[in-house]
Amino acid sequence: MTEGKSEITPIELFFEIERGDFVRAGEASSKIKKKLLRLGFTGSTIRCAAIATYEAEMNIVIHSLGGSLKVKIYPEKVVLVAKDEGPGIPDVALAMKEGFSTAPEQVREMGFGAGMGLPNMRNCADEFEIESREDVGTTVTMVLYKGG
Amino acid sequence: MGSLIHAVTLDKDKCKGCTNCIKHCPTEAIRVRDGKAKIIDERCIDCGECIRICPHHAKTAITDSLEEIKKFRYPVAIPAPSLYGQFKGNVSVDKIISGLYGLGFFKVWEVARGAEIVSKVTERYLKEHDLPKPVISSACPTVMRLIRIRYPELVDHILPVDSPMEVAAYMVKEELAAEGYAREDIGVFFISPCAAKFTIVKNPLGKEKSNVDGVLAISDIYGPLLEKIKEEKMNKVLQKSTSAGIGWAISGGESRLIKDRRHISVDGLTNVTRVLEDAMMGKLKEVDFIEALACSGGCVGGPLTVENPFMAKERISKLSEGITGELPQVSAELADGFVYDKPITPQNVLRLDEDMVKAIKKMGEIEEITEDLPGLDCGACGAPTCRALAEDIVRGKADELDCIIKLRENVSGLAERMVDLAKKMPPSMNQYEKRER
Repeated sequence: MTEGKSEITPIELFFEIERGDFVRAGEASSKIKKKLLRLGFTGSTIRCAAIATYEAEMNIVIHSLGGSLKVKIYPEKVVLVAKDEGPGIPDVALAMKEGFSTAPEQVREMGFGAGMGLPNMRNCADEFEIESREDVGTTVTMVLYKGG
Repeated sequence: MGSLIHAVTLDKDKCKGCTNCIKHCPTEAIRVRDGKAKIIDERCIDCGECIRICPHHAKTAITDSLEEIKKFRYPVAIPAPSLYGQFKGNVSVDKIISGLYGLGFFKVWEVARGAEIVSKVTERYLKEHDLPKPVISSACPTVMRLIRIRYPELVDHILPVDSPMEVAAYMVKEELAAEGYAREDIGVFFISPCAAKFTIVKNPLGKEKSNVDGVLAISDIYGPLLEKIKEEKMNKVLQKSTSAGIGWAISGGESRLIKDRRHISVDGLTNVTRVLEDAMMGKLKEVDFIEALACSGGCVGGPLTVENPFMAKERISKLSEGITGELPQVSAELADGFVYDKPITPQNVLRLDEDMVKAIKKMGEIEEITEDLPGLDCGACGAPTCRALAEDIVRGKADELDCIIKLRENVSGLAERMVDLAKKMPPSMNQYEKRER
């Protein structure tokens, strides 16, 4: 994998995300957005980064035992890696279908778990990769290109 | 983009150089330099928080003076509906309007009526266009500026429809022109609760030129108007607006007229920011429309008002109870005329550098400097937070030693070194035990 043509040290951000912490979910998304704005990224990249990270945060909060979000910002792209420990996704292809959800009833009652999390993330990202192992965890890698 | 003419300014003589305002500015647009506050124009959103907070009343809003109306043969007042909530006792809308006539206006055309037209135009626009959800109202100029500066990804959510003030100004000019008055003799003055309205009249959004010729602060004309209202004996029916339009003066007044759509109304900048953050993350998909007003309670809480906003709100609530009367009929042609000609564009004034590579380097530096600063956010350096100081340093607008804690560290380091040096003696002289060893 190419690490980008420039030799510049990317901006790196790291957020720990706790299981069940609905209150703080969105904090990482908000912070990342502020950085992108100051760096001069445009509306569409900022929007996608905000949506993708928020969905990733929510997935970790709802489905996993906890995890983290790692962000690297390069001049030409933003790389987001959401990693969690937990049950993993038994059928990734099914989970990627719009509307499919395994969110528990109580979470759905709160208006979450509409089955749009992963599809939204994929739709937003220019590159999307998901790796999941049952009873170990899931890692989602997303790349957004500037102005993409 | 030319230089921005701003309503919110500083009265240097009154400024004591305290740091109250920098702490309360939602866009970190103020720094204290040389003992005086300094507003960074391109970051200011004219919200008026600094006007409210300044204990020395050094922050003011530029507006036009009542004298200005004499420059026109036919001066017209277009009062914001929030004006109706400013008077104690049973002062009717008719009385307020006749008071305005008493001040020398040739005609009064209520912005509340403009609001009714805007509600109609909005209904039509939402039906015919598929804007990304949630649609955000364009009524509050401060919120619009906030979105352009801090939420570039939300600009295409803004409803591209003129404000009630613009619509009222247009309507009254057309009416008078049709009656045969020369356009150049007509001067339309908005009676405003809001500083940002002055800015938006001078730098219009979505339009080439505003129909409004001047903006008068409610707080400036309050005294003379009160006199006229007291004098006024006649009790003619002058009010043409209905409860629907008057309701726009308070939070919820606009959105309650949006039928069959899910809407929320949010007021106060902290709350607005929270809602915009959520909208940005895609959290508010089930909401069709957001009415967002920067001032607490809505326009009645504007920085140029006189009355306690909660009292004003109570009065407006009474005046706007129930929605009596039909919204005016608005022809398709007229409605289309109230849609923006120009798209709203983001204004990235926070960008660290035009060159992304340099911007990333600068952000790295900011992080490093921030780590190294005390994190007190005391404001003594003239910047609102340690991070803001770090950013100013990297932008070349401040120095690390502006931080008093850093300065103290340096001084104490220097003092220690001086003590050490003072102990030093030339080798030719007695060097105490040191030499002997």
